[in-house]
Amino acid sequence: MNWIGRSLPRIEDPALLRGQGGFTADLAAGALRVSFLRSPLACGRILGIEAPEGVTVYTLAEMGDIRPIRPRLFRPDYVAVGQPVLAADRVHFSGQAVAMVVAETAAAAEDLAEQVFLDIEPEDPVIGLDAALAPDARPVHPEAPGNVLVEGQMRSPGLDAAFAAAAHVLEVDLRSGRQSAMPLEGRGGVARFDAATGRVTLHASVQMPQMLRTGIADTLGMREADLRVIAPDVGGGFGQKMSLFPEYPALVWLARHLRTDVAWIEDRRENFLAAAHGRDQAFTVRGAFDAEGRLLGLDADLRSDVGAFSCYPVTCGVEPLMAFAELPGPYRVPEYGVRSRGVATNSCMMAPYRGVSRPNLTLAMERLMERAASACGLAPEEIRRRNLVTAFPHRSPTGLVHDEGSYVAAMDLALEIADAPGFRARQQAARAEGRHLGLGLSVFSERAGYGTPAFAARAMEIVPGYETVECSMDPSGHVELRIGASPHGQGLKTSLGQLVADEMGLTPDRVRVISGDTDAVPYGWGTFASRSMVISGGACKRASAGIATRLRGVAARMLEVEPDSVTLENGTARSEASNRVLDIGEIARAAYHQSHRFPEAEGGLRQTASYDPAGTFSNACHIALVEVDIDTGQVVIERFFVVEDAGLLVNPMIVDGQIHGGVAQGIANALYEEVIYDADGNLLTASLADYLVPTLAEIPDIEIAHLETRTDASETRAKGVGEGGTIGAPAAVLNAINDALAPLGAAIERVPATPERIRAAIRAATGGT
Amino acid sequence: MKCAAFDYHRPADTAEMLARLAEHGPEARVLAGGQSLVPAMNFRLLRPAVLLDANALPGLDRVQADGDRLRIGALVRHAAFHLPVADGPLGRLLARTVPYIAHYPIRQRGTFGGSLAHADPAAEWCLIAVLLDAEVEMHSQRGVRSVPADGFFRASFTTDAAPDELLTEVRLPLLGNDWHVGFYEFARRAGDYALAMAGAALQIGRDGRITAARLALGSVAGRPLRLTTLEAGLRGELPGPDLLREVAAGAGALVEVSDDIHASAAYRRDLCGVVLERALRQALQSLPQDAAA
Amino acid sequence: MTEKRRIVLTVNGTEHAIAVEPRCTLADALREECRLTGTHLGCEHGVCGACTVLVDGAAVRACLMFAVQAEGRTVRTVEGLAEGDRMHPLQRAFQEHHGLQCGFCTPGFLMLAAGVLEETPDIDDAGLREALSSNLCRCTGYQNIVKAVRAAASEMRR
Repeated sequence: MNWIGRSLPRIEDPALLRGQGGFTADLAAGALRVSFLRSPLACGRILGIEAPEGVTVYTLAEMGDIRPIRPRLFRPDYVAVGQPVLAADRVHFSGQAVAMVVAETAAAAEDLAEQVFLDIEPEDPVIGLDAALAPDARPVHPEAPGNVLVEGQMRSPGLDAAFAAAAHVLEVDLRSGRQSAMPLEGRGGVARFDAATGRVTLHASVQMPQMLRTGIADTLGMREADLRVIAPDVGGGFGQKMSLFPEYPALVWLARHLRTDVAWIEDRRENFLAAAHGRDQAFTVRGAFDAEGRLLGLDADLRSDVGAFSCYPVTCGVEPLMAFAELPGPYRVPEYGVRSRGVATNSCMMAPYRGVSRPNLTLAMERLMERAASACGLAPEEIRRRNLVTAFPHRSPTGLVHDEGSYVAAMDLALEIADAPGFRARQQAARAEGRHLGLGLSVFSERAGYGTPAFAARAMEIVPGYETVECSMDPSGHVELRIGASPHGQGLKTSLGQLVADEMGLTPDRVRVISGDTDAVPYGWGTFASRSMVISGGACKRASAGIATRLRGVAARMLEVEPDSVTLENGTARSEASNRVLDIGEIARAAYHQSHRFPEAEGGLRQTASYDPAGTFSNACHIALVEVDIDTGQVVIERFFVVEDAGLLVNPMIVDGQIHGGVAQGIANALYEEVIYDADGNLLTASLADYLVPTLAEIPDIEIAHLETRTDASETRAKGVGEGGTIGAPAAVLNAINDALAPLGAAIERVPATPERIRAAIRAATGGT
Repeated sequence: MKCAAFDYHRPADTAEMLARLAEHGPEARVLAGGQSLVPAMNFRLLRPAVLLDANALPGLDRVQADGDRLRIGALVRHAAFHLPVADGPLGRLLARTVPYIAHYPIRQRGTFGGSLAHADPAAEWCLIAVLLDAEVEMHSQRGVRSVPADGFFRASFTTDAAPDELLTEVRLPLLGNDWHVGFYEFARRAGDYALAMAGAALQIGRDGRITAARLALGSVAGRPLRLTTLEAGLRGELPGPDLLREVAAGAGALVEVSDDIHASAAYRRDLCGVVLERALRQALQSLPQDAAA
Repeated sequence: MTEKRRIVLTVNGTEHAIAVEPRCTLADALREECRLTGTHLGCEHGVCGACTVLVDGAAVRACLMFAVQAEGRTVRTVEGLAEGDRMHPLQRAFQEHHGLQCGFCTPGFLMLAAGVLEETPDIDDAGLREALSSNLCRCTGYQNIVKAVRAAASEMRR
């Protein structure tokens, strides 16, 4: 029986469907409720905090000797800025936590917070990339006078020659609006103090529980052993819940200080104000092409607004350095020059958001390809065919090694299932009726499942990457997997169960996965960066293979055959050399309870394994078919196609679900969502009436086909798939819009491509109407 | 995002409600569907000291024809309008408009009267009220009065209702079958507050010429706007696509449009003509069907 | 003003006598007083729909209704959908069609769909899509939610 490759229903589902999930807010009963007082100003000096008599306000001053959150990169071009747990002298963005109050209920805590006056002397804030990089810009942090907190640069020796030799030099100036990952459940924590031991147990809605424990302990100067962090059911993360936010150490400090249970459940307004944002980038990319449309060189100036602080542990280098390393994407780029800067502003901190830089670098490269196609008189697919990587392994200009992929094949299949020729005919007919249809291609790779080598290349002080798994089988023949990954909606418990079941010849219902509890799982890095099935999956495969070997050894002795002849299948062990069939439970019980007979099972049926791969590249092609209403500027996506190559599919249903959700977030990026600050740094999009998350009405049917390139770069042969949808969709949509607008001579290089921006582009091109 | 504390009363009849309103005046708010009021309270943007729940008041949840008028009780929920509440063009116009109001669960709770009393410039019912010269009836201990919609809406979220007055009923003209109606709005997402919306009602004579026209724009300024100059220009004309396009093209220039993060004034001005033309086109589409009926 | 009122409401067939401040929303009362935490709060301003429950059969936002307004009324929440061990057709369809990932929006979608299908069992596809556009999901791109509700609708009509 092969469980891998089957769309098994998820074991996670029944509890969630019955309303029996345990999300952080569901665990807050009986705890005092904390309300954070947040700065109403983007920038200013704190003169005082005034509270009426009887209202206790907790500020940094009360907290004694605690450290700011200051993640580091060992790079000369990185400026490490520290974020205090509560702002003490100055505020750096609107929404920054300044103080805390505590009450019996959330409403009462908010009542108290309203009575406290934060006396802050306003200073001129630095808002937006252009303002921050202006020559006379005021520094957000004195230690970074030009507001550049991190910078990556390289220039290959032949770049100038490539541009000099070019038949066509094309430039794309791409701007992306700021986005919020907007998990439907906000952040939150419940910190319970155990008077007997002095330990605190923090249930928190996070993606990296072990990292959170380290971060909180370091910040508060406490022993990690005195803190247990549990990620219970988590209502979506998408990167936003990776970082150590100041609210968490503040909460743990308060539980220890008051020696009682305290809870903070973030509301939606706070989530928009003070949880992380992403995507606020401006990419200027020049491409040198020869007369046949072959890319000779790429020269890029990449600017990323990183907000006021640096996110822990991955730092504010995450967006700029990812852009620096991965801009060439799936294309052959013989000569490469790049300058990529992370720029501080008085706005909410940036942190990883599903895709990290790659939605924007894919937008830049795919717009560049379209421009080059048009300059060279080639079809969009033809220019790509001439530039896509076809020989593997491929080493990129920044030294990334692409394992075997299907870049051209994925595009060809996508064009086929989207019936591109049929669409072109419809498009012509529609144009005759004054309707504007467009087709947009997006070809990209998704670097996934990368371990410490990739993170170490960024010179991080804290280098994430490996995963460790503790696998054990109990005497009844049931398996426990204790994993360092921390799934929160990905269905990982189901798919790891399938993986392990195949390795051990069991049914998946015999496998229980334990995650997210620092008291119960090995040190690991959590779930992010399209890594869990590759890395945690690889470790699970190794660990379960170890137990399978022991089981075969015990069974061989019981059957009196050679271990190599024993097969584990359907919960049994059998051998051609014997007609006895052993139930796994029988073997396990013997291994534990007759251990004196079975030296191969010494120490029990348990195996720990780690996996730390260099990484793999998934790839995909997206095609969007759109219609643009040129009177209103509204875009309707008629159909959306994805050809995905994520290697081996462990649970195809779950993989498709990842693609669906990713594409929807990419469409949101392309058309709808934008976090907007005014010139004073006030957040104008602090509600879901102003921050436009698409509903079903805005998301078309997403049609998916798969290629399954087998890779040696992944132990399980699965490649990552968590981010691809989000990475590819914006470029497909923006290219489709530009295709629709082409007859008008209009072009748009900005996301979200709002109706108003599209109308402005049409007006600019047509001089009025 | 928990709202500030308030006192709550649920009067059993109108007399008690009016007494409470007289007692608490400006510090009280009437709670009908609560679909706009409660979000504002949860953000603590509104913090009434007293909430007077109108939902138990008898007799305010009926829609009935009365002579040439349709009487809509203040507590009639939006969802009641999906199926035409009256024969002819009025029922059709209301049924064409209601799907644009927010989403299904909001329409289960939100009320017609509450929408007018809230006076959100982006509210569809406020536009319809102005388009059709609705009469808005208000009760207080001082008596009963009706004001025309045009006088009722003063500015954004501001009406003619005094703090002690309760909006009880809205009356709309039951348009005859020679009226042709259309509604169109443009929003970023389905169910969002519109960036611009338009209502149109054209009365067509036996000779095929327009005998009367009503045009209004919503969501572009602090209150819905009637386009009386354009209406006058339509009278006596034969309706046709060119005429409608021409009339609509002038709409944007006639109004002072507002400016916010969702649409600049210039873009909104553009949209005025687009939504008006589309509302007019919809009105004309019913022409043959009406002729047949 | 912060004095509590005693109210009685019926939730999933069980009478709950609770004491709440007037400002306590139905959602908070269900979660904190009735200890039914399946009803989730995603925005508290009526947009996301995670708190959708049925009040006297109508799908409404529990964050936009005060608990005192539900006095004497009948409320159904996600905890009341299944009959014992047997899941509701909507719950089964959501699992079968992968209509949930993180599961946070799921109770709201289930109750929305239950309200819509009980009101209009033979709802057409356009009507169903329109109704399901009332709530937000951040994980699924809505693809499998629509599939699941369609499947459940046809099973419920049988």
